[in-house]
Amino acid sequence: MDFFIQLFSDPVAFWNSHTLLIAQIGINSILASSMFLVLYSGQLSLAAPGFMAIGAYTSVLMDQYWHTPLALNIAAGVFLAGVLGLLVGLPVLRLRGVFLAIATIGFIEALRLGVILNVPITGEGLGLKNLSADPLGGIYLVLVSLVVVLFVVWRLTKGRVGAAWAAIRQDELAALSQGIDVARYKMIAFVLSAILAGFAGALEAHLNFFVDPGDAQYGVARAVQILTFAVLGGSGYVLGPVVGALIITLLPWIFQAQGIYINIVTGVFLIAVIIFRPQGIVGRGGLAIIRPAWWPRRSRAHAPSPG
Amino acid sequence: MDQQILNAIFIGSIYALFAVGYTLVFGVLDILNLAHSAVFMLGAALTYSLVINHGQSFLVACIIGVAASGLMGLVIEHVCLRPLRRRRAPPIAALISTVGLALIIVAAIEQGQRGTLFGWLWVDGANSVAFPPGTIPNPTWHIGDLTLEASKVAVIPISVALMLALGYVIRYTQVGRALRAVAENPRAARLMGLDVDRMISLTVVISSALGGVAGILFGVALGDISPYIGRDNVEVRGLAVIVLGGMGSIPGAVVGGYLLGLIEVFAVVALGSGARGGVAFAALFLMLVLRPQGLFGAQLREKI
Repeated sequence: MDFFIQLFSDPVAFWNSHTLLIAQIGINSILASSMFLVLYSGQLSLAAPGFMAIGAYTSVLMDQYWHTPLALNIAAGVFLAGVLGLLVGLPVLRLRGVFLAIATIGFIEALRLGVILNVPITGEGLGLKNLSADPLGGIYLVLVSLVVVLFVVWRLTKGRVGAAWAAIRQDELAALSQGIDVARYKMIAFVLSAILAGFAGALEAHLNFFVDPGDAQYGVARAVQILTFAVLGGSGYVLGPVVGALIITLLPWIFQAQGIYINIVTGVFLIAVIIFRPQGIVGRGGLAIIRPAWWPRRSRAHAPSPG
Repeated sequence: MDQQILNAIFIGSIYALFAVGYTLVFGVLDILNLAHSAVFMLGAALTYSLVINHGQSFLVACIIGVAASGLMGLVIEHVCLRPLRRRRAPPIAALISTVGLALIIVAAIEQGQRGTLFGWLWVDGANSVAFPPGTIPNPTWHIGDLTLEASKVAVIPISVALMLALGYVIRYTQVGRALRAVAENPRAARLMGLDVDRMISLTVVISSALGGVAGILFGVALGDISPYIGRDNVEVRGLAVIVLGGMGSIPGAVVGGYLLGLIEVFAVVALGSGARGGVAFAALFLMLVLRPQGLFGAQLREKI
């Protein structure tokens, strides 16, 4: 509780003592936007951690071996993530639904277990030290990037591309019959999502002195976490996944008082939200929650008039 | 080499048994039950705890362990799946609710210490434990170069028998016919007078009980029981298995399980132990790209 009291009573001290947490929320929000792009175009892709790893390792290794400036390192990581997104997208985007999800899981785990943990330059299982990390200064970069990312994604959804994505999500066959180049628009969403994930990965690496190739970082656990941001937050609106990322990143603080039972409470929270609001926290229906079957119905006379 | 092939068949049996439950739920509901690996772990942990901390005999512990896993299936259905079906939520929502339940199950075991809320269930926290030698009779034979441990060898007939029994039930009995009808078309099944919700409950219970058996076999044979055995060993490999065999296909999951066991063992022999995980997922990725319906899948279903 102290956490939230401080947030309101002394925001400056809060900022100073929780800089890393705020930066992590920013990075998770960019990842959530990356997931938003694929979900918005009707693709259940869990590939983000793989592209994050590409962004992170590329930028850190460039810094280590060539001492190139940060902007160039991040740009190279983002570029490689985008190229890899294109290469992975070509074969897998024919797949739909759960099949796409599993194929992308195959991709991230083959990359992590097969390549990263076996290639000497990545430090294998020991991880990679990042001596030029800047945990405190990096936050401004993260927050500015987040605003830019959100604006660009929001503009995209409002434009021609966004309309095509929405059409594909709702009915791929109908979209195809309307002359929409389904394969092309899906690829655009997939590659943009890879670029955002690579960018978030490079930023995250810049905030940490250590690149850890663990499951929670670049494996399935991370992929599921990012999916949870988007689904729990609501994948119909740009801000939904960001709200999801904010809440889920803060859960350890929200449920601080539960001590060792925190994961149990978190699990209950996830189930409760998804059952009562399957469309996500930000979504149609305003603040109303869907009434469970056993909940007593209010009589019509007392119900507020719609709208 | 013969020993390696034996190991492949042995670990493949566990993969297959686990994946059969996974694929059964997918075949009927088109949903990936991500709590399945947690149930796998729960079966092993509970059986261990009953023998070591509660002084039960191994057989009784196994029966209770399997029953509890099956019961967990009911929890999965009533907490994670049925409320979402009622609300016509997209199947992606079930991914989140089952992940939530898996988190709860793993956390409950992980926090189990003497004196905590789940101390009766598990007292070893996040540690990996094994049955002390002598708890379970485990004679070992040597035939030529082969070393045969009873606890590992027994895995093979037990899993094969269970999978054959499941195949028989699904193919030849009234209940199996009803299950297949629900999988084919739930609405038509309901119109034919089938209690669809009940058949789905039954599916998830059978699936979870099989997952529990797989967990117990794994824990006993490999001497590794911890809150993370499901997540680390079978969660994603189970996906690889059902994709290799064809999603929703039970014979496919069986063949896929043994195939993955063989692929992994040969990868270790040919490329070193580091290749074990990577090769499995590369195979999964290639399979989906080249033949998305798997070895035995008839057609691709296009649902999220």
